[in-house]
Amino acid sequence: MSMTGRANTWTIAAARDALRKGDISAVDLTMACLTAIDASDALNAFVHKTPEMALEQARAADVRIAGGDAPDLCGIPLGIKDVFCTKGVPSQAASNILKGFVPEYESTVTSKLFGAGAVMLGKLNMDEFAMGSATESSCYGPAVNPWKVDDVLRTPGGSSGGSAAAVAADLCLGATGTDTGGSIRQPAAFTGTTGIKPTYGRVSRWGIVAYASSLDQAGPMGKSVRDLAIMLGAMAGHDAKDSTSANMEVPDFEAALTGDIRGKKIGIPREYRIEGIPAEIDALWAQGREMLRDAGAEIVDISLPHAKYALPAYYVIAPAEASSNLARYDGVRYGHRAALAAGDGITEMYEKTRAEGFGPETQRRIMVGTYVLSAGFYDAYYNRARKVRALIKRDFEQAFAAGIEAILAPATPTSAFGLGEMDKATPVEVYLNDVFTVTANLAGLPGVAVPMGLDSKGLPMGLQLLGRPWDEAGLLNHAYVLERAAGFVAKPEKWW
Amino acid sequence: MSIDIDTARKVAKLARIRVEEAALPKLAEQLSGILGFMEQLTEVDVTGIEPMVSVTPMRLARRADVVTDGNQQAAILANAPDAREGFFAVPKVVE
Repeated sequence: MSMTGRANTWTIAAARDALRKGDISAVDLTMACLTAIDASDALNAFVHKTPEMALEQARAADVRIAGGDAPDLCGIPLGIKDVFCTKGVPSQAASNILKGFVPEYESTVTSKLFGAGAVMLGKLNMDEFAMGSATESSCYGPAVNPWKVDDVLRTPGGSSGGSAAAVAADLCLGATGTDTGGSIRQPAAFTGTTGIKPTYGRVSRWGIVAYASSLDQAGPMGKSVRDLAIMLGAMAGHDAKDSTSANMEVPDFEAALTGDIRGKKIGIPREYRIEGIPAEIDALWAQGREMLRDAGAEIVDISLPHAKYALPAYYVIAPAEASSNLARYDGVRYGHRAALAAGDGITEMYEKTRAEGFGPETQRRIMVGTYVLSAGFYDAYYNRARKVRALIKRDFEQAFAAGIEAILAPATPTSAFGLGEMDKATPVEVYLNDVFTVTANLAGLPGVAVPMGLDSKGLPMGLQLLGRPWDEAGLLNHAYVLERAAGFVAKPEKWW
Repeated sequence: MSIDIDTARKVAKLARIRVEEAALPKLAEQLSGILGFMEQLTEVDVTGIEPMVSVTPMRLARRADVVTDGNQQAAILANAPDAREGFFAVPKVVE
């Protein structure tokens, strides 16, 4: 066990090779992660632990590996965001309104991962219904960033903050996330990890608790670009149970990592040079441009004229869809129901249940959505936002038509902020965290976050690359080049 | 657009979320702030632009109109806060 005692720190690619060579068993690999998880309560990343299920899956994986039937993820221990419905395991999307909900069915993504032999270690913390950028709206309390450089506890970002914290702290080899407005890319950037939001329709949404259905997309979070390629290959693919899932071939994403991007045009959107962005993020962006240029890419200034309207458009469309999606939480079919007073009818049951079950940010978004969809305001807000969304998408289409292969931009306007730091901020000030990430969701494009270095405080910073629709393979190859050039290997010092 | 307390009360009612009277002023202020932020969208010339229906240019797939699932009453009711005799139970709806 001594040689493999730190196996929880391995990448998926390294673990896969070690498992196939017989250097470690899936059970020992899983035990290394479970031991790390047991000592990680201060991070509040795993909110439902499933050690018995993990060991059972690991034993089954060892049998498959011994039999020579080992897909890439066979025996690989993963964390699963609480937003994925997992059969027989609590799945609450970090909301009190789903307290006690234990699905009778398995989401398509987890079902595909388990079919590939992956091991589930447990469910990961997140913002309630994936609404947030700090994991502070979770009913379980905030997840904590393993990166700690002073006496301040920092956010791992959100909404997939538990996933990012778990990967960065080596509690698992990889994790699932979902990204509606940046919820994979921002936490990856805040924790020095990688994450990709695929093209809308690449990964089935079936069995994922819905937030904003036209924007939601699941993706992997990991320790390297290669690990994203491996996980995405297992998660992606057509699913008849999701009518928006694309009936398209899933390429071999890992095979696409050639490291050759010579002659590729990389767009630098001038609208992303926003006021008040820290000089360090700006310098990082310039470094990223140089690295891609050194690799033989052509750097091209581009314009995405409607990018500045992405955030307000997002904060109309996402709450509108949320208000409709979250209407299902009525205290009748699953989850919480409020205790009723004598004489209370069904309306009181709905109103009390939803007031008790939803946290403040979820309530706010439902009400904003209700307002923008209400008679008299539908055209002024919702329809206008959908028209602006069409223009935002058209901006990208024009850039791609001009030969741009990928777009390089910052992932976040700052490095990880302290927990509670945003308590006094207005909702709109909090929403500004998503300024660089929401465009990809509105345009349905794939986007990947790559760790680049540490800021002067010693906190990780990342960049993101946006790609053409369905070209995750090309996008990951660009990210791979950036990753190798940046050579980010720093790990948080263990304090938890 | 500024949201007054009456509008906030009405929105809460439409959303079926109980909001205490004392909490309405703060809610109205927050909703006003959020909607004020959205006002930027009025700067955009959207003449002749169709509202986006689907971000990927694909038709929603239709499946054959046949039964593919069913007979799962126990599984469907398993998570209900109150289920009786094979039904979801709710407070009296009709007087």
